[in-house]
Amino acid sequence: MADSSKKKRSPYTKDRGTLGAFEGETITRRRFVTGGALAAGGVATAAVGLPALGFALGPIFEKTVHEGWQDVGPVADFNATGYVPKVITIVADIGEAGKTTIYVRKATAADRSPSDKPGHPPLPYVAISTRCAHLGCPVNYVPAAQRFICPCHGGVYDKQGKVVGGPPVRPLDRFYTRVVNGRVQVGQRFSVNSHLRRFSPRDPTNHLDGLWQYLYPSRPTT
Amino acid sequence: MTPPLPKGLRPRPARPGTKPARNGARANGATVTQDPKALKKARKQAQREAFKQQALDVPVAMLGWLDERTGSTPFLRAFLFRKVPAGTNWYYTLGSATLFAFVNQAVTGVFLAMYYDPSPTQAYGSVRHIINDVFLGEFVRGMHKWGATVMVVLIFLHMGRTFFFGAYKYPRELNWIIGVVLLILTMAMAFTGYLLPFDQRSFWATVVGVNINASGPILGPYLADFLRGGAEFGSTTLSRFYAIHMLLIPGLIAALIGAHLYLVSKLGTTAPPWLKAEQARELAEEEI
Repeated sequence: MADSSKKKRSPYTKDRGTLGAFEGETITRRRFVTGGALAAGGVATAAVGLPALGFALGPIFEKTVHEGWQDVGPVADFNATGYVPKVITIVADIGEAGKTTIYVRKATAADRSPSDKPGHPPLPYVAISTRCAHLGCPVNYVPAAQRFICPCHGGVYDKQGKVVGGPPVRPLDRFYTRVVNGRVQVGQRFSVNSHLRRFSPRDPTNHLDGLWQYLYPSRPTT
Repeated sequence: MTPPLPKGLRPRPARPGTKPARNGARANGATVTQDPKALKKARKQAQREAFKQQALDVPVAMLGWLDERTGSTPFLRAFLFRKVPAGTNWYYTLGSATLFAFVNQAVTGVFLAMYYDPSPTQAYGSVRHIINDVFLGEFVRGMHKWGATVMVVLIFLHMGRTFFFGAYKYPRELNWIIGVVLLILTMAMAFTGYLLPFDQRSFWATVVGVNINASGPILGPYLADFLRGGAEFGSTTLSRFYAIHMLLIPGLIAALIGAHLYLVSKLGTTAPPWLKAEQARELAEEEI
């Protein structure tokens, strides 16, 4: 008994006594054709399914095309004490849905960021995004209180855009600024943490402080 | 075992003393009379009988033709005339009511799609057009809008009935799981459909909804990118939501409803929990 179990099985189907076996075959024809049909079906399904899936998921991996630098007015329009609301275009050709309000003022020493490289001038103007860092509702600047206030869930930010109350997880996003020929221009969005350190744009709800920031890494679209 | 046909559908046996009235006159075996008036009357009556018989044969023949080629009678009989437990009550109609709400959404949705334009600049205007200009547009759109709420309410009532009657227990666990998937898909329908009117409320509600998706660690932002079709709420976001709302999820829901109903007819429904199982008389007496 022990001998027979140890005996080496023959690679040929005929020697193994398989039904319908032919001389010299190591696999029955039925098995071969079944396997071939399954493989062909799998290849055909993948040939249609994978491109369709890639088509739907493609935008996750595409870099967002930005609108470039946008003029928001001459330098004389802005000062360091109060914000001036301006409308810029985030996405072109979709009408009002692609536009957003930003608040612009001149930068002060308090707006220095740990991301500023020594020897390089800091951003000349502060352009605050009105997209609330909680869930994306549009915040409103109340000059009397010097606070940004969100109408949806009660997020409150101070004049620098740092959270002073409510559910937001990080300060309000900002936009890069520069001055060309005496006119202020606004560029790409960036996110900041509570020390005003700059990060690539993140979605609202994404923390950028402490260990939390590693749960919300930068992604291909931004 | 196939349940018997209900009484109304069974063919009636012929009255004693009558022959099938197929060959015109003298069908009822009346005595031959020579009176021409009575003869005429009898012939007319026989003709009418034959005509009625022929008319009745038409649907039978048509159904027979279909049945011979599909063999669907045993299935339909088992599905439509299956036995239900004693104590079955109105709460058992909540599933059918949900199904009706889904059919209502599908039908009104198909017709709304004829006028709706899912482009960010045109969507709001096309919905205004449906409400203000299209004949009965306000009604059809209202049916779709309120029907969505009704469907969500009904699905929860149906779920509650299933839960409190214990109808999710063996062997019906799989049907509970399918039902939960259907609930999630219905919620996804409600979420994607909310954006389509493209007014201030639906726009900002969707911004908030997508950002709630973005709050998930690691994968959340990617999910938000998938929903928006990019990092910003852009030109393809609305058409993505529209495609998901009218093509992707309805197909899944319809397929899963099919599986849900198949299991219901296969396993049958449960009796209400307040009904005790009937004991055999001898056993009951023994216990006494």
